[in-house]
Formats: sequence, C-alpha cells, structure tokens
Amino acid sequence: MPDSYYEKQDLADFPNIVEHAREQGQKFFDYYGSATAAGGLSEREKGLIALAVAMTQNCPYCIDSCTNKCLSLNISQDEMMEAVHVGAAMMAGVTLAHSTQMRKILRKKVM
Amino acid sequence: MAAPTLPAGAAFTARLGETVGLPLRAEGVGVLQLNITRRCNLACRHCHVGAGPGAGGEMSARTMDSCLETAAKYAEITTIDITGGAPEMHPGLETFLLKAAGLGKRLIVRSNLVIMLAPPFTRFMEIYARNKVEITASVPSSTAEGMDRQRGASSFEKVIRMLKRLNALGYGRAGSGLTLNLAHNPAGAFLPGPQKAIESEYRRRLGGERGAEFNSLFCITNMPIGRYLDYLRESDNLPGYMSELERAYNPEAAKKAMCRNMVSVGWDGALYDCDFNQALGLPVHGGDRITDFDPGRLARREIVVNDHCYGCTAGPGSGCQGALAV
Repeated sequence: MPDSYYEKQDLADFPNIVEHAREQGQKFFDYYGSATAAGGLSEREKGLIALAVAMTQNCPYCIDSCTNKCLSLNISQDEMMEAVHVGAAMMAGVTLAHSTQMRKILRKKVM
Repeated sequence: MAAPTLPAGAAFTARLGETVGLPLRAEGVGVLQLNITRRCNLACRHCHVGAGPGAGGEMSARTMDSCLETAAKYAEITTIDITGGAPEMHPGLETFLLKAAGLGKRLIVRSNLVIMLAPPFTRFMEIYARNKVEITASVPSSTAEGMDRQRGASSFEKVIRMLKRLNALGYGRAGSGLTLNLAHNPAGAFLPGPQKAIESEYRRRLGGERGAEFNSLFCITNMPIGRYLDYLRESDNLPGYMSELERAYNPEAAKKAMCRNMVSVGWDGALYDCDFNQALGLPVHGGDRITDFDPGRLARREIVVNDHCYGCTAGPGSGCQGALAV
C-alpha cells in the first residue's frame, strides 16, 4: 500500500471499479456517459458544469479529468476559470444563505 | 505508458496483434500524398516534420513529374494530396497544380493560410480557386488564446482575415464547388475532443462571431514525434501523453487507419506509409520509390508500424481527413 491516499494513477484504475458489483458499476458508467453526452446542452456546457462541480467537491481525480476534457473540447482557459468562479460563488452563496439559520437562532435567543 | 525497456514499436505491435491481427496490410492506394517541401514560413510547436523557414528538402521537378505520371497512369489513385512544410513555398507548385487539375482527380493542398497574406504567395488563392483545389487549412484553435500560443501573436486575426478572403472567392460556400476544410489539433499535451463538438465550436467562434465560413472540420491528434515530441519531453508530459494514447487505443480506428489506403511520397521520391513514417525515416517495406510505383504490390503491402501509431488509433482515431471511426 502506498503512503498517500491520492495517487495520479488511481484515475486510470477508475474504470476497473466494475471488477466488483459489476452490474451496479456498469449502470453508473452508462448513466455517466449518457448524462455528460450532448443533449439539450452541448458537450462544452456540460464539460464546464462538471469542472465547476469537481472544484467545489475538491476531487483531485475529477479536477484532472474535467480539466483535460475541457481542454479537449477547445474551451479556453478564461472560460474554465469563469466556470470555477461560478462554483466558488455558489459555494459562497450556499455558505452565506445558511447564515439565515444562524440569524433565526440569534433573533430568537439573544435579548 | 510504453515500458521504456521495450524496443520502439513493440507495445503498439503487440496491441495491434491482439486486437486486429498482424501484419496490418494496405487495402488500396487511393490517396497519393506528396510532401513537396519542408520549408515553411512558420515553425509551429506541434509540427511533426520539423518544418520551418530554414528546413531543407524540396521535391525536384523531375520527381514531381513522376508523381503526376503515376497519378495519371493509375485510376486507383483518386486523390492527390499535397503537403509540406508550406506547399506554397515550393517554386514548382503552380505548374504542378495546373497539370494535376487536368487529371480530374480530387486535388488537395494543405495550407497554413497565413502564407498567402503577403506576396508572392497571395496569388495562390486565385490559383487554387481556378483549379478547384480543395484546401485543408491548418487552424489549430478556434480561440485567439489557443492559436497565438501555438503560432505566435496575432496569428488568430491573420487566419480570420484569410478565411474571409477565401470565402469571398467562394471557398466554404454552398454551391461554389470550392471546398475549404479546417484541421484542428490540440494546443498542448491532450487529445482532441469529439469532432462534431469541436466543429460546432469552430462554427460558433469563427462563423457566428467573426463571419468566416468553412465546409468541415477535421480533428487531428498530435503525433508524439518531431517538434511535438520535443515539447512533450521538455514539459515532462511524454509518459502521461503516451499513457493517454494507449488507454484510448481503439481497434476500429486501427482498421480504418489512413495508411491502409494511401502512399506518401517524400521530397526525394521515396515512398512511405504515411507522412509520420516519412518524418521518422521509416520507408515502405521494400524501399520503393515513386519511379517504380507498383499499385498491385503497394495496395497489399505490409504497413510499417511503431509506437507513434497510437496517435492515429486513439479514441475515434485520427487521419488527414480527421476522425476515422465517428
């Protein structure tokens, strides 16, 4: 076993998760392929959504994979960074929106 | 990734053997591709032939005549595909095109476009149009950022200007009979995305936003050879890039590889299975030259393969006409 939890080569091993519980694993990959393929939204739009989600979830595998996908789709570096800002803004918004819970408690409990 | 201890070509040959079978044989000689010069006004970082302003190697008039005689003699050859370097920098291109156009075959010139911005090369736009030459224009990126990074500052604007001039002659416009295709290749150590998605992106950026028209877009994978190989090495991307190519290997693309229906002619008249083998100095088995072109033998020849062949067989595959197994 390596000392580190995250290793770059783990990403290449990802398709092999179907080695166990094949049926569910395959269903996931089918779903993933279908969800990220062009539909009402283009592949580039979906690629940017995936990139933003990867960033907000702090997933190094997804960040690697999604950045490469965006590059392959000829998405510019500025566009990628704009998508990251959307993710960052959403995370900031989610955090701040939850302050309403705090404020409700403050209103109720503080004299 | 190819194990460094393996002899060059062993990894791809083994994979090909397991999936498609060995040897990989040609199935025809439909395309005669001529690399007429290594001289180029540009020195792109992705160039696999190491073309540039000072690069040597120019096809002689005699060898060009041999190519014409061969194309005229054999009906099996349906396409004459001229590449370089910048073909426009060969002093014999105009004469060659006039003669080749008379053969009634599909005639393609691969151009970087920007060479035709200044005299004496501007005249080629008219020459191409008059002779119904199909232009495959290298337009690596649809963004100024990507293009300028690959070809230098202001390259993108120059390409847009040239596309519009060609459009004004009828190129890329429906019903004109003048075909203008674009070739996209990634500006970095990654593979091209789906051709359809990239084409639609080019149409949006070059067409919708800038008013430039074209017929089709071809996605071409960068080959891990030549100047691009130097880049991969210098940027420490070679193992990762080779791994990505190997993971993306697609036997269906191997079956449709362009080498199976083409012969590439070097500036000195030597024959190769493709332009990439030519750049690597790997001639066809038998070492044939254009002067002893035997379509019967060449159409069934064993293709010379090596590890760079992963470049043509990754994902949907890649060839001079773009993706192979879409």
